[in-house]
Amino acid sequence: MSAEIHSGHTAHDGRGDMAHGDMGHGEITLSGYLTGFVLSVFLTAVPFYLVMSGALGDKQVTALVVMAFAAVQIVVHMIYFLHMNTTSEGGWTMMALIFTIVMVAIAMTGSLWVMHHLNVNMMPAHQMGTMQ
Amino acid sequence: MSINVNPVQTGQPLFYVVDEHDHAEGGSTMLGFWIYLMSDCLIFAILFATYGVLGGNYAAGPAPKDLFDLSLVAVNTSMLLMSSITYGFAMLSMQRSRIAATQFWLAITGLFGLAFVGIELSEFRHMIHEGATPQRSAFLSSFFTLVGTHGLHVSFGLVWLVTLMTQVWRFGLIEANKRRLMCLSMFWHFLDVVWIGVFTFVYLLGMLR
Repeated sequence: MSAEIHSGHTAHDGRGDMAHGDMGHGEITLSGYLTGFVLSVFLTAVPFYLVMSGALGDKQVTALVVMAFAAVQIVVHMIYFLHMNTTSEGGWTMMALIFTIVMVAIAMTGSLWVMHHLNVNMMPAHQMGTMQ
Repeated sequence: MSINVNPVQTGQPLFYVVDEHDHAEGGSTMLGFWIYLMSDCLIFAILFATYGVLGGNYAAGPAPKDLFDLSLVAVNTSMLLMSSITYGFAMLSMQRSRIAATQFWLAITGLFGLAFVGIELSEFRHMIHEGATPQRSAFLSSFFTLVGTHGLHVSFGLVWLVTLMTQVWRFGLIEANKRRLMCLSMFWHFLDVVWIGVFTFVYLLGMLR
C-alpha cells in the first residue's frame, strides 16, 4: 500500500521531488569554496587596511568605500558559502530572503531616520538658545 | 495526489485530498531552517538599528577610538573566515562520505570558533577592566548587546558542532546527520555574514567616527 503510494508520488511529481531533494543547496564544490574564500579575504583585508592606514585621507570617502566592500562581501558569502540561488526549494528561499531584506531595510532606515530627526528636534535647551 | 471524487460508494463527492501528501523525511528541513535564519536576521537587524541610533551616545564616556584595537579585530575576523572555509572542507568530505576527514575538518572549525569566542571574551574583559561596562553609556549598552548576541550565537554553534561530531562518531554519516550538518553549515556561514556587518559598522566605522 505505502509502496504503491510512494511509486505513484515519484512517478507524477517529479518537479516536487526535485525541489525536495535539492535541500536548499546548490552544487558544493572545492573551487566554489576556494573562490569565495579568496574573494572574502580580499574584501576583508582592503577595508581594514584603508581604515588602519587612513590611505584615502577623507573619512567620509573611506566610510563609503568600506560599506561598499561589506555589501559586496555579503553577496559573495551568500553565493559561495550559503549557496544561494534563485531556484533552490522552488524559489522559496529567495522569496524568504527578499522579504527579509525588505523588512530589514524598513526597520533600519525607519529607525535611523526617525531617531535622527528626534535628535535634531529635541536639542537640549541651552543649544536651542544659541541657535536662535 | 488525486482528488477522490467517488459518488458511487457514499453518494457524496469528497472535495479534499484523501491520501496524505507524501513528504520525504526532512524534505522541508532546509527551507524551514532558512526561514529560521531569516528571522534571526531580523533580530540582528534590530540590534544593528539600535546600535546605529545609540552608537554615538557616549555619555562623556569612552568612544570607539579609545576602546577598539583594530588589529585584534582583524585577527578575530580571520578566525571566523578560516572557520568558514574549514567548514566548507568538512562539507566536501561529507559529500564524499569520508567520516574521518569530516570529523577532522569539523574539529578544526571548532577550534577556530573557540579562538574567536576566546578573543572576543578577552576583548570584553579588557574593556570592562577599563570601566567600559555595558552600564557606562548607551553606546556601550548597544555595543555589548549586538556583539554579545553574535558571540552567543557562535558559542551555541560550537555546542551544536560538538553534538554533531558525537552524532557522526556514533552513527556515521547517515542521511539525518548529513541534513544536520547542512543546517549547521548554513548557521555557521550566516554568522559569518552577520560578522561582516559587525566589523564594518561597529569596528571600522566606529574608528572613523
